Amino acid sequence: MEIKKGIAVSPGISIAKSLIIDSEDYLIPHRLIDNSQRGDEIQRVRDAFRNAIDELTELEAAQNQTSSKIKDIFAVHMRFLHDRSLRKKVTDFIQSELVTAEYAVSNTLREIASHFTKVKDAYISERAADIYDIERRLLKHLLGRKREEIGHLTEEVVIIARELSPIQTAGFNKEFVKGIASDAGGRTSHAAIVARSLGIPAVVALEDLTALVSGGDTVIVDGNRGIVIVNPDEQTTEQYRQYASEFEELEHKLDTIREKPAKTRDGTKITLLGNIEFPEEAQVVLEKGGDGIGLYRTEFLYLNTVHEPTEQEQYQAYSQTVEVFGDRPIVIRTLDLGADKYTQSKRFVPEPNPFLGLRSIRFCLQNLMMFKTQLRAILRASVLGNVKIMFPLITTRHELMQAKMILHDVMEDLAEESIEYNRDVQVGIMIETPSAALTAYSLARDVDFFSIGTNDLTQYTLAVDRGNELVSTLYSPADPAVLRLIRTVIQDAHKAQIDLSVCGEVASEPEYIMLLLGMGVRTISLAPPMIPEIKQVIRSVTMEDCNKVARKVLSMNNERHISSYLHDAARKILPEAF
Amino acid sequence: MAGEKTLEKVVCEMEVEIKNSDGLHMRPAMRFVDIANRFDSEISVSNDQTNVDGKSIMQISMLAATCGSKLKIRAEGPDAQEAVDALRELVEDKHFDEPVPGK
Repeated sequence: MEIKKGIAVSPGISIAKSLIIDSEDYLIPHRLIDNSQRGDEIQRVRDAFRNAIDELTELEAAQNQTSSKIKDIFAVHMRFLHDRSLRKKVTDFIQSELVTAEYAVSNTLREIASHFTKVKDAYISERAADIYDIERRLLKHLLGRKREEIGHLTEEVVIIARELSPIQTAGFNKEFVKGIASDAGGRTSHAAIVARSLGIPAVVALEDLTALVSGGDTVIVDGNRGIVIVNPDEQTTEQYRQYASEFEELEHKLDTIREKPAKTRDGTKITLLGNIEFPEEAQVVLEKGGDGIGLYRTEFLYLNTVHEPTEQEQYQAYSQTVEVFGDRPIVIRTLDLGADKYTQSKRFVPEPNPFLGLRSIRFCLQNLMMFKTQLRAILRASVLGNVKIMFPLITTRHELMQAKMILHDVMEDLAEESIEYNRDVQVGIMIETPSAALTAYSLARDVDFFSIGTNDLTQYTLAVDRGNELVSTLYSPADPAVLRLIRTVIQDAHKAQIDLSVCGEVASEPEYIMLLLGMGVRTISLAPPMIPEIKQVIRSVTMEDCNKVARKVLSMNNERHISSYLHDAARKILPEAF
Repeated sequence: MAGEKTLEKVVCEMEVEIKNSDGLHMRPAMRFVDIANRFDSEISVSNDQTNVDGKSIMQISMLAATCGSKLKIRAEGPDAQEAVDALRELVEDKHFDEPVPGK
């Protein structure tokens, strides 16, 4: 049994077999085994060889290729898999070094491959590739399924990875992916956001977890306490089954407040909206009692396909969601690609400092065709319901003006083509850079609403990469600098009489709710599964309490004191959530 | 060629030269072990530095013998003579059915 502590990013508890995934290389648990486990590991090696042979036989049979080269490759691999001295080399390594089957396979095959790469003859040295192929084939059987198969899971698993890319998480099927645990990442990493929106328990920043887990190990993911347990003993498993059922009960209890309004005890109405990424999540927002969508991320359209999505494809995705919501608001955010969200892509040359680079609205303003296509699709969908358009990462007034000008161009084009759209569609911006926050008074004159994106605002204000675990402890929206900027934005929005919402991660954290309300926020957009819990917090407080909390916090000058004060204040209101 | 009778087994040894252009890469190594595995005799192959099992594709391919290099084949067992003959034929006469330099 191994217990690892990380950061809890999505609540819930899951117990399931592990499935290790990674984008490029397979992960090799470099873990020592007990003397008593040697037999088991050796048996795993034998099974892997046998399964690899079976697989290869099937592949060969399925190949209609008559090319003798390809047949030769199959035949050579088959000879290697049948080679007793190769198998013995692997099992001897387990016997003498007490390592896992995966490690022994990888180590042995890589040693052979490196032997080939050292040979000066190019023809022979290239044979190392065959050995790597054989290694991968064996590891695949030892570590579990390949990434491509995540979409076709047939049993419940906990996903273990060093880091999860947006593309990987996008394919998760909630029915089978019961938990997520990763070495890297923070509260606002993409994996965390997706896990929360899908309601999958997740723990990140576990550092070397992948080195401790073998494919198929039983793993407990405790997304409430930020703990991951590998190969738990009977007693621990039993205890966690209990926790899991208690948690489900609490969830169930929260579900019963779905139909009740999000009003404070003294009658102030708060609007709760959902942040969504995939059209299917729109349904979750309704199920959880949301009043609309405060942030519809549109990146998934671009991440899930190889080609750029057409206007029609986008229109269909938007209209599908808009129709579900009738006249309730849907804020569609224009493309926010770049930096953390699109690093996997080959389409863009990597930048040395992507967070300060060509991302988000900047990218759109330099790729006008793409930007206009998206705006056309959104405008066409605007006649179907209460659609609003939101531009992300605005840093200057000039940028906002450019974006609005392009929007007007697109509107004119549509008018000329006699295509219907809502002429009065509301236009707003995300406030997520210090420059936008500091010039909010001026930006407010040209928009219908602000939405404060606390994740980016925090990272840019504090100059902390939220995904870098070396400095992620410095990242806190409770920092006085961040809170002062948020207060400025709220005040400027009120002065200009425009709508304001908060859509960052703080919106789904119970401890921040009283502060936000006290600072004057009346619309909150958050991860759909968290809506009931946040509603419960709202229904448990009075505006008087909230104002007191806000006054107190704004007079404090230490992030740690603020965090612990907020935590204590919230615990008094909703003890069972902590 | 040396063939000597011991109590129950014959030992045969012979030096062969790799003649095909690409040397003893994967496909030739496969042909080699396929033939070696047809015989009951134990077969070993050595170059200047190492001595390996002639029935293991891993070990044979790791010899990484290039065109022109010489290998010593040694068979020990009831069909040692036949084994060595068959392997010599493959390497030197048929040169693994692969192209040889200058042809």
